[in-house]
Parts: sequence; structure tokens; C-alpha cells
Amino acid sequence: MSALGGAAAALQVVGVLAGAPLVVGGMRQVRARLEGRTGGGIAQPWRDLRKQLRKQQITPRGTTVVFALAPAVVAGSTLLIAAIVPLIALGSPLDSVADLFGVVGLLFLGTVALTLAGLDTGTAFGGMGSSREITIAALVEPTILLAVFALSVPGHSANLAAIVTGTTHNPGQVLTPGSLLAFVALIIVIIAETGRLPVDNPTTHLELTMIHEAMILEYAGPKLALVEWASAMRLTVLLALVANLFLPWGIAGADPSLLTIVLGVAAITIKVVVLASLLAAGEVFIAKLRLFRVPELLAGSFLLALLAVTASYVLAASN
Amino acid sequence: MLPAPVGGPVPERHVGAEAALSGGLTSLLGAAGLALGLSVIFGDPRHLRIGWLLPLVGVSFDLDPLGGVFVAATGAVSVAVGVYSVGYAKRGRWARLPMVTLPLFVAGLLLVPAAGSVTTFLLSWELMAATSLVLVLSEHRRDAVRSAGAFYAVMTQLGFVAILLALVILAAAGGGDTFATIAAHAPGLTSGTRTTVFLLTLVGFGSKAGLLPLHAWLPKAHPEAPSPVSALMSAAMVNMGIYGIIRIDLQLLGPGPHWWGLTLMIFGALSAVFGVLQASVATDLKQLLAYSTTENMGLVTLALGAAALLSSSGAPAVAAIAMTAALLHLLSHAAFKSLGFLAAGSVLSATGLRDLDKLGGLARRMPATTVLFGIAALGASGLPLGAGFASEWLLFQSLIHSPHDSNTVLALAMPLSVGAVALTTGLGIAAMVKAFGVGFLARPRTAAAGAAREAPASMLAGMSLAAAACTVFAVAPVLLGPTLRHVLGELPTLGGSAEGPALGTILRLPGVAGSISPGLLAAALVIAILLAVGIARWSTRHRPPATETALWACGADALGPRMQYTATSFAEPLQRVFDDILRPDTDVEITHFAESQYLVEKVTYRTRLDDPVEQRFYTPVVRAVRMWAQLVRRAHNGSIHLYLTYGALWMLIVLLVAK
Repeated sequence: MSALGGAAAALQVVGVLAGAPLVVGGMRQVRARLEGRTGGGIAQPWRDLRKQLRKQQITPRGTTVVFALAPAVVAGSTLLIAAIVPLIALGSPLDSVADLFGVVGLLFLGTVALTLAGLDTGTAFGGMGSSREITIAALVEPTILLAVFALSVPGHSANLAAIVTGTTHNPGQVLTPGSLLAFVALIIVIIAETGRLPVDNPTTHLELTMIHEAMILEYAGPKLALVEWASAMRLTVLLALVANLFLPWGIAGADPSLLTIVLGVAAITIKVVVLASLLAAGEVFIAKLRLFRVPELLAGSFLLALLAVTASYVLAASN
Repeated sequence: MLPAPVGGPVPERHVGAEAALSGGLTSLLGAAGLALGLSVIFGDPRHLRIGWLLPLVGVSFDLDPLGGVFVAATGAVSVAVGVYSVGYAKRGRWARLPMVTLPLFVAGLLLVPAAGSVTTFLLSWELMAATSLVLVLSEHRRDAVRSAGAFYAVMTQLGFVAILLALVILAAAGGGDTFATIAAHAPGLTSGTRTTVFLLTLVGFGSKAGLLPLHAWLPKAHPEAPSPVSALMSAAMVNMGIYGIIRIDLQLLGPGPHWWGLTLMIFGALSAVFGVLQASVATDLKQLLAYSTTENMGLVTLALGAAALLSSSGAPAVAAIAMTAALLHLLSHAAFKSLGFLAAGSVLSATGLRDLDKLGGLARRMPATTVLFGIAALGASGLPLGAGFASEWLLFQSLIHSPHDSNTVLALAMPLSVGAVALTTGLGIAAMVKAFGVGFLARPRTAAAGAAREAPASMLAGMSLAAAACTVFAVAPVLLGPTLRHVLGELPTLGGSAEGPALGTILRLPGVAGSISPGLLAAALVIAILLAVGIARWSTRHRPPATETALWACGADALGPRMQYTATSFAEPLQRVFDDILRPDTDVEITHFAESQYLVEKVTYRTRLDDPVEQRFYTPVVRAVRMWAQLVRRAHNGSIHLYLTYGALWMLIVLLVAK
């Protein structure tokens, strides 16, 4: 680990902070254009954040410190994930501190903080959103961990740098059945965890369909800004992570130079832009699923992940 | 309800002084156990033989590091429980009987892992079982307590019979009463004997550990016992079931065939998933914690099974990781579950309520208890910063690093186990969010919850001790490294010969690439949260001053506490998803106005969740036993002459057989 390795990790955090609203803006813009609207422009989420951050700090009566602290916990855990995972370079100083299981744990810590905040308000909306969010999270967890398992089989490690290095050294394993199934399972998981269509509609405010939005209904001003920023960052980090787990090319090594870091930034930007555009384009064609159909989707992704593991096991055994 | 004093109030009783004596004695015993356990783990094994105490065989104790770690864990739990029970017993005006029995129960718990012979083991086991039954029945004036007590008494004694049979067979075949003699003769045992003993002990110890399908007593007895006793039962007594499995099945009889490990894994996985599913839909706070005990003992058993299976598949290094995971999870469970039950007890004694649907808003009235329960819930959910994180991580690592040879059993068992453990973790998070979020946050749902008062100092002190232990497991499992290494060294057949995982500041695994650092992760998370707080302060200068305002009520009047989500409604989606397993009994009754079919006068909604395993497996057994008893009753018509004939006939049969 070098000074530049640490700098790359810091750059990842700054890049995710600055880029996440742009990713969300870009996705909205893609959808708007495909639906025949002009759209607010890619920078619209940034303008929203600036507006909200200047608003009055409002605390709903009767809420506790849990409600006040939850946005910071979500944002903080996401920032930490951004510092751990290999986005630009491999040699994050935190790589040995948390592996993929740790990253999943941090992700869920953020989810739990927000669900508790939803319950803390004591409104019907807050409780409803929390209840739905935690149900989906509980069903997503097996899929995520099985996909992690499938990914860790070829490299014999769940540490992120080891998985990514394994793929760069052995490009053929991207096209193995195990890897492809795990990819699909992880994409479904990301859609569910970040509240995108068809699991949740991020633009809805209709009480029957809200999940994430119901939970954060009582937030306003700077706290709402932090929550929205954090959910944009979660989406960005997860998309970037999946991109690098399956298509790691362009990422700087464990001992990066200035040039490889610049290349790494360019590579991850392109990957995230392509993946986010594809996701947004796909959302144009689908409607939100009924809440009780979502478990079926998640059960499907669980089966895919289980097949992925078994396939990689059997193939690893036959090699 | 608060425990009613047995035998009516006695005016001159000094409940406070008696509670202090009982609690102090419990803590002292616990401290002695902790010290003894640690001295054995880091020093030499200790032996004690008292020949005169029991005719023919005598009483013998033999404490090695494996027993030592259980003695130390029990001791540590008892210290916290003892301190806590001083305030709890005084507040609840305990009768003398439970006060006297509490230290006896702790003594029984400490003797079981120290026993060095079959007779001593069985006697200690009975002491533990009988005293715990007396304690469960402390509030015997309530119907629920009596029924739970009867259930517990029957199941614990049936379990004891299984253990008794197993150990008698073992002692007879092993050529002696002491475990040392049996261990020496163990390689010569026939496979039939081994299998019989394994199956019988699995039934006996499995029912004590609350494994499926013999768990049914646990979610009845643990919640109905007074809370300090619940803590001891859930954090120390269930451990004895695991101890029995390790000592008898894995150490004395091990290494067993493949299917032993597989059986343990299957029962462990079933118990974990079923337990957590019931916990996630439970509305009684203490019952939720009790089901979570079944879940965690399931995880420990799964880890034990994985260790046995991996070890017999020629992967001692990974088996050592699984074994470490089992022990670490057992210990961290003892820490967070004792804290959970103690905090639930403090809620119960402050409000008289266990039903989450009636609680709420405790964060403002009982801030210390709320924080302490939060620590326990975080530990139980297995998230980073929680006490259960490191052990669940180790368990996952041992499951994903199993060898990739052509072993079909491993290739199927390990992915399915990962799925089961992951589902358990996910649902566990939901259960704990429900317990904490519905029970402690939001607004009080009843007047009793609104009138709660913070627990007295001694209860808070007892809980703080347990919370300190949770913090050690959460951020510094490094402190437990040496202990676990010594214990693992005792178990050569379970990968003890291999180098165990290095529990340094960064947990590293031998032979496989994988590392994590709970402590550094916690520190980094705190820094990241501070960074996020800093970002949110951006352009504070431009903001108007902060203010407080009412909650959004959709433009209507103020929100009532009954409009909040309850524990039942919170768990409703999960209940619907797992409808086929949980089989809820739901009843909707709609009454229409007489004038029109289209106008609804009243809607009644009733839902009831019973334990489906109990419904399907226990009811037929109970019915059969009852029918048999009816038949036998016909032979008892009250005539003395008939009874004398029975006696004479029986005597004849015995004489004929014995000839």
C-alpha cells in the first residue's frame, strides 16, 4: 500500500460524493428523453441538494436521536463502503479491514438505521415504509451472500481485491455459468436494495406503493438532502462495485501510478455511465411489481445465486 | 404482571436485604466460576474426587479448558444476573423460595461442565434441571406459568432420560464411570454403540439447546420465568446442551462418520431458520428473545456440524475456523442474550408489559435501558459493530472455504448452509428492528407504557456488565483469541491440530485468504459518520434557525398513538411471505347494517400464531399419551385387593426374569 493507494481511496470517496447526484440525474434524463420529455438536466439533483441544504432544520415533535442520526449513519456507512471497495485502484488501505461480507454488513447497517428512523416517527407511513423495507432487506440478504460465495469460489477469498485480481488474471471466468448467474442475481439485488423499479418506484408518493419514500416522509431540509444524497451514493457505489467485480479492466493495481489512477477514474466513469443508462432505459419498459410479488422476484434471484454457487463448485471440482 | 409474593405478604420481611443476599451470593458464585474457568484455560486442568459423597462411585470433577470455557461463560453471565437480581427481586417482592433457588441454579450450571464422571454429570444435570424448574414456577399463580412449567418439566425430564440411557450405555461399553476411562476405551466401541449413543444424546442435549423439533418448551418456559432466570436459562443453560454435544459426541466418540456432521448441520440449519422466523413474527418481547435463542443455538450447532464434516473430509484448517465460529458465537450469544433478557425484564418490571403491541416510547422514559437493549439487539442481528458480527463472519468463511474436491456432499451442503445462515441473518435483523423500533421508539401505545420509570441502579449495573462484554465481542474479539486457542487445542479431531484463526486486531484465517477487523471497521465507521455530519453542515450560515414541528398527519388532526404501526402490522408482510410455514390462524368477520348489504357496521379481525411444529408434532403425541392413560386408568378401580394382586403378579414376573 502506497501513498498513492491511500490517495486513490480518498479519490473514490470524493468521486462518489460528487458523482452520485450526477448518476441519478443522468438516469432521470435518460428516462425523460425515452419517454419524450425534456427532463431537468443531469445537474438537477445537485441543484435540489443545494436548495435543501439551505433550508431550515426541522425536527418533528416526539422523535428521538435515532431519527436525527439515521441520515448520517446511512451516508457514513456508504462513504465507508466507497473507501473500501476497489473502484479506481486495488490497494485500498481498508481492504484487509472488511471483505465483501463486511461491505454487505455495512450496507444493511444503513438500511437498519433508516428503518428505525421510520419507526421512530410513530406515524403510519413511517411504520409502513420500515416494515416493507425490512421485509425486502431480509429476503435480499440470502441472495447477496450466496452471490458473494459464488464470486469467492474461484479466487478462494471474499476479499474484494483478491476477487478483482483473480478476474483480471483469468478473464475466462467472467463467462462461466457461475459468474453470469451471480451477475444477474446481484443486479436484481441492487435494484431491490436501492429501491428502483420494479421493486420500488423512486418517484412515487402514492401511499399504497411507497417503500423507501414512506420511510423518509418526515425528513425535510438538510436531513432530507443527506438521505437522498446517501441513497444516490448507494446506487452509484453498488453499480460501480458490480461493474468492477465482473469487468475489472481499467482498474489501477495495488501500487498505482498517477497515470493508472487517471485511467482507473476514466474506466469506472464509463462503466457506471453505461450500466446506469442501461438500468434507466430498462425502467422505461417495466411497471412496479405488486408488493407481494416482489418476494417471488427475490426468490428467483436466490435460486439463480444458489445455482451460481453450485455451478462454480462443480466446475471448480472438475478443473 | 409483577411476580406476586408466594404465601402472602409478610410484613416484617426485609425483601431488600434478602434480595441483596441472594443476588450477592449468585454474583460471588459466578465470579468464582469465572476465575476458576480462566485459571483452567490458561493453567493446568484441575481434578477433585470426593469418594464419600456418593456410595459406590463417588463424586469426581475434572475441569479441562473445554469445560473451563463453559464454566467461565456461565460465571460471567451469573455475575451480571446476580447484580441485576438485587434490584429486580426487591422491586418484584420475590418470595424466599426463588431467592434461595437462584444461587443453587447457578451452582448446578457451574457443576455440569466440571463433572468428570457419568454419575457426577447426571447429578449436576438434574440439579440444574430441577432448580430451573422451581425458578420457572416462581410466579405459579398465573395459568400461563403453570402450563409452561408442566411443559418444561415433562420435556426436560424426557431429555434427561435420553441422556441417562446414552451415558449408561456409554459407561457400560466404555468400561468405567469417569470420562477419562471412557475416552481411553472409546476407539474400541462398536459402531452400533456409537450410533445409539449419538442419537440418544442428540435428542437429550438437542432438547436442552432448544433445537428443532424439541424446542417447544423453550419459547414457553424462558418467557414465563422471572427475567434474571430467563437470562440465565437462555445465556447459560442452553449452552449446556451444546457442551454435551461437544464433550460426548465430538470429543469422546469423535471423529464420527460423515453423517454425524451432516445431521448436526441439518438440525442446526432447521432450528436457525425456524427460530428466527418465529422471532420475526413474535409480538411478545421475551418470546421473541427465546425464539432467537433457538435460532442462535441452531447456528452454533450448524457450525459444530460443519467442523465435524470438514474435519472428516480432510480439511482440518477450515474445520478449525468452523469450531472457532461455534465457540465464539456461543460466547457472544451468552453476552447479548443475557443483556437482552435483562433489558426486557427491566421493561417488564417498569410497565408490567411484554407485549410489543402495547409498548413504545420507552426511549424517552427509560433512556439507559433503551441504549442497553439497543446494544443487545445490534449484537443479535449480526451487523458490524454488534457482538455477533465476528462469529457470523467466521461461520461464513468456514462455509465458503470448504475444499473444492469432487465431494458431492460438501458441494451441496455448504451452499445450502450459506443460504440458510444468510436467511437467518436477514430475518434476525427484521426481528431485532421490530423489537427495538416498535418496543422502544415512537410513542407509548398504552398508559402503562407511558408511565414507565427507569430501572434502579443495581439493575442498570448488571445490564452494564453484560453490555461491556458485548462491546468486547463487537470491537475487540482479539481479547478472546488466547482462550479459544487453548480450547481448540483440546479438540484434535475437530481441527484442533491445525492452526486456528488468528483473532488479532485484524482477524486472519490460516491457509485461506480472508481477513476482517471489527475494531478498525468500527473506528472507520465513526469517522465516516462524522464526515457525513460535517457534509450536512454545509451552508449552515444560510439557514434560518432550527425549529420543531408537528408530525405530518395528512392534513387531519393530530396523530393518535393507535395510528402507529404495531409489532403485528410490522411483521405482517413477512408473515404473508412465509404463510406456508407459519400457518397463521386468521379470522375476519364482517357485520353489515340490517338496512343495506353494502354498509359495514363492524369488522372483527383476529389473528393467532401458534408454533406449527408444536401443533403438528406434539398434539398427536399428547393425544396418544392421553388415550393410553385412559386405558391404564381402567385397571385402577380403587380396589385394594386388585392392587395387591398386581403387586404379587409383578413380583412373580421380576423373579422369573431375574432367575
